[in-house]
Amino acid sequence: MASAREMRLRIKSVKNISQVTRALETVSASKVRKAINAVTATRSYATKAWQVLKHVAEQPGRDSLHPLLAKRESVKNTLAVVITGDRGLAGAYNSNVIRFTAQRFDPSTGSNPAPVKYIAVGRKGRDLLIRRRKDVIAEFSNIPAAPTFMDVSAIGRLAVDSFKNGEVDEVYLVYTDFINMGRQIATVKKLLPLELGGEGRVEEFEQKSANGPAAAYEYEPDQKEILDEIIPRFTALQVYQAILESQASEHAARMIAMRNATDNAKELVGALQLAYNKVRQQGITNDILDIVGGAEALSAK
Amino acid sequence: MTIRCEIVSQDRTVFTGDVDIVVLPGAAGEMGILPKHAPVLTTLKYGIIKVRKGGKEELFTVAGGVAEVQPDIITILADAAENVDEIDERRAEAARKRAEETLAKGVPADTDVYLAMEAALRKSNLRLDAVRRYRKGGMRMPTSEN
Repeated sequence: MASAREMRLRIKSVKNISQVTRALETVSASKVRKAINAVTATRSYATKAWQVLKHVAEQPGRDSLHPLLAKRESVKNTLAVVITGDRGLAGAYNSNVIRFTAQRFDPSTGSNPAPVKYIAVGRKGRDLLIRRRKDVIAEFSNIPAAPTFMDVSAIGRLAVDSFKNGEVDEVYLVYTDFINMGRQIATVKKLLPLELGGEGRVEEFEQKSANGPAAAYEYEPDQKEILDEIIPRFTALQVYQAILESQASEHAARMIAMRNATDNAKELVGALQLAYNKVRQQGITNDILDIVGGAEALSAK
Repeated sequence: MTIRCEIVSQDRTVFTGDVDIVVLPGAAGEMGILPKHAPVLTTLKYGIIKVRKGGKEELFTVAGGVAEVQPDIITILADAAENVDEIDERRAEAARKRAEETLAKGVPADTDVYLAMEAALRKSNLRLDAVRRYRKGGMRMPTSEN
């Protein structure tokens, strides 16, 4: 058994760690609240934007409407925008996203035979992707805590550009959907060519509209100009929304992970304390026995 | 007969309600939208959106965006929008000053920064304009000129 001194040090270090994890938990708790507010604040805009896009896509002859809506006949290259965090200590948050990505875009499963390029958002995701020897063409780290649309619009722009100039024929967005504090799910969403009702949790964005299939629009100033403006922008908006969802998920995951760590530390301290008390008591008993034994030996003379 | 009007900016819902007419600054000029209007998709310029219901008019500044018109609903996705009554004149003025000063210092190398600052300047000018034009003296605004 370890000495009492060693055990005292051990207890102290575990207590210190639990202090750190508790502090991290508290910080994450306040961050997650802010992140949830940010998600819900932009949700109404995202919902409406999605509706408008849906109406556009319902227009007759959508494939010829705009290059970003047109499906390519053969998919030679795929691009995946993978959103993770910059920091670890968030439970399985980062590794879940990467594991999901690896499965979804595994060339051997056949669902996605085309070679995949990656845009990594978040330092952890970049590191994990590079470790798995993936082709990372760009990375965006240090996304601010409450990003504005401007902060992240470059990501969407890059995706749209590489789709437009033919480098890739499909663009996917992998992010973590925030369901509630205890549940966050890695999800994939097809970004380009724009597809409605595809993979991912798009239904939530859709609201039932009373009017049936939309009549053809009048466009002002003209069709090309307006679609050129709104489709890339709404695509970037999807990225923005995904980042907000991911941030909320990250903070929630970190909070839960840290709470578990704090609980475990508490348990460990309890067990160690018990063992330490026993060792200490044993020492005292031994000392007393020594003294009593010594006194006995003296008085026996 | 009314038409539903929803104005949302990127961070909040600015206005929803059933209204008689909406006048918005479309890319090709002002357009008044009445119920049962044909479907239109238009970009918006910087300007004022007027929403009228039962003789009462509400005004919103809009700093660009997109409007989708369906026969029973108008959806306005504004880059930024504000009720004219809610504009804080002093803050708008300060923002304008700040933007002008930075722009006066010279053109920043980063195009994004430049565009953002230019947009900020245009936005605060628009807000100030709106406040001065429509809120003078007890803020009864002139009914639809244009």
